[in-house]
Amino acid sequence: MDTAFAERRRRDLIVAFVLAAIAATVPLFVKDSYLQNMMVLTLMWGALSQSWNILSGYCGQISLGHALYFGLGAYTTALLFTKFGVLPWFGMLGGGVISALIAMALGYPCFRLRGHYFVIATIVIAEIGLLLFHNWDWAGAAMGIEIPVRGDSWLKFQFPRSKLPYFYFALALACVAWFVTWWLEDSKWGYWWRAVKDNPEAAESLGVVVFNSKMGAAAVSAFLVAVGGSFYAQFVSYIDPESVMGFQFSLLMALPAVLGGIGTLWGPMLGAVILIPLTELTRSYVGGSGKGIDLIVYGGLIIAISLARPQGLIGLFSVKSLAGLLSPRRKEAVR
Amino acid sequence: MTTPLLETRGVWQRFGGLIANSDVSISVGRGEIVGLIGPNGAGKSTLFNLIAGVLPPTQGSIIFDGEDVTALPAAERCQRGVGRTFQVVKSFETMTVIDNVIVGALVRSTVMRDARRKAHEVLEFCGLGPRANVLASDLVPSEKRRLEVARALATEPKLLLLDEVLTGLTPVEAKTGVELVRKVRDTGVTVLMVEHVMEIVMPLVDRAIVLDLGKVLVEGKPADVVRDPKVITAYLGDRHAVGA
Repeated sequence: MDTAFAERRRRDLIVAFVLAAIAATVPLFVKDSYLQNMMVLTLMWGALSQSWNILSGYCGQISLGHALYFGLGAYTTALLFTKFGVLPWFGMLGGGVISALIAMALGYPCFRLRGHYFVIATIVIAEIGLLLFHNWDWAGAAMGIEIPVRGDSWLKFQFPRSKLPYFYFALALACVAWFVTWWLEDSKWGYWWRAVKDNPEAAESLGVVVFNSKMGAAAVSAFLVAVGGSFYAQFVSYIDPESVMGFQFSLLMALPAVLGGIGTLWGPMLGAVILIPLTELTRSYVGGSGKGIDLIVYGGLIIAISLARPQGLIGLFSVKSLAGLLSPRRKEAVR
Repeated sequence: MTTPLLETRGVWQRFGGLIANSDVSISVGRGEIVGLIGPNGAGKSTLFNLIAGVLPPTQGSIIFDGEDVTALPAAERCQRGVGRTFQVVKSFETMTVIDNVIVGALVRSTVMRDARRKAHEVLEFCGLGPRANVLASDLVPSEKRRLEVARALATEPKLLLLDEVLTGLTPVEAKTGVELVRKVRDTGVTVLMVEHVMEIVMPLVDRAIVLDLGKVLVEGKPADVVRDPKVITAYLGDRHAVGA
């Protein structure tokens, strides 16, 4: 009865696999370090947005404070490594776990808020985190932390001479974030989250424990974002509060998903693939002094999208010519 | 005699100075179809919400299946076998019809394959099978009502609370609705339905409970209830009662 559904799930998986395989070969042809850098960032933001999408897209709890978890991931890894010599791989897991726990601790009071009030709370809490790190001397305060770089090493996950390892890690991260989403989409959690987003009262009447659903989404989302933050700390090897916990990071996580299609499986990656290169290019062509031009481009895009295609760009794929790629269900969903 | 499936014992609900339910004690036996009727503002919906667990009563207790569920939230009551629909339909609009029903089915089995199969069965049962892959927001109003019922049935309730599912439908739609309710009862589900329009419910229910001004006014066989002068007064005002 449901072969069509199972087939769509399988097709999503195959398409993702093929795309990942193609992406993996790109650096073999593109040797330019600037472009490679851009690809790393694109994959990273894709992964981050995909993670943000779990809480804000699927579960409908719009967070504009995810920079907090990004920063926590970055700081946990950097601090553990510089202060205690703990390898970044463990720092990554540690940062993820800490972020997930903090997300739940914050969710406990905040998930009682709805709509705009919830959004405001997330912004404020992330700002408080930023201020705390600004004034925390042990963590480098406003000066930040420099991760000592000794040379290429997988063990210490640092590669001063090549972007390639970062590229492959970012690709793996994007794949994991996508796969987690794919997997959760057809699970109890995926259905609960969408029900909570659409109508919490009806969800509750059908046995969905709304509060727990939100907590679960927050934990998964924060964990993955923190892993991304850990990666970023290793990638740039120098972090300070503004550069990992600033408000713009929260926005940057939300925008690809919004652009590509919020609450969809493919939206965040699609959005990132368009948005990140675009802003990187704007930044380099309009010049470094034009800080803000990229944000103007963002703003313009978001306005254009919300006017023309509020469901996100993924909706464009609903046209008949691309029907093979997408299921009847998704076509319905984006019509 | 077996214990009733549902019992409310001296239930009060106050909203500030307003008393929506005062000392309401009703019971619903297993396998019954009971109609809860009454004029606007009689407290039907409030009582309904108290039974479903949307809010706790100010006073009194609610016994379901021999167990005091007064303190339990809605989700846990659903797990125990209370299913409900909403007067103002609350479909999950961005989800397809089948996905809407799967949410309900997941209460009984979190194995997706089973939940999905169950959801398809329920949709067929409710006559929504052909609409499975349509977005809920694309359904016409009568289909949305049916989706409400399907979603609730997927939770495998012992007691199904229907909140004005037959109101505002065309005569043909109402007739299929009535048939659906009978079919539901035939599967062993007890039904408590709030209805506004007496002509529709009276032939359907085994027993009717009339609420007025937050209190139980009359309770009994539908045929007796409609002839009761107190009910006529409540619905039509004093003059008609005197005239009758």
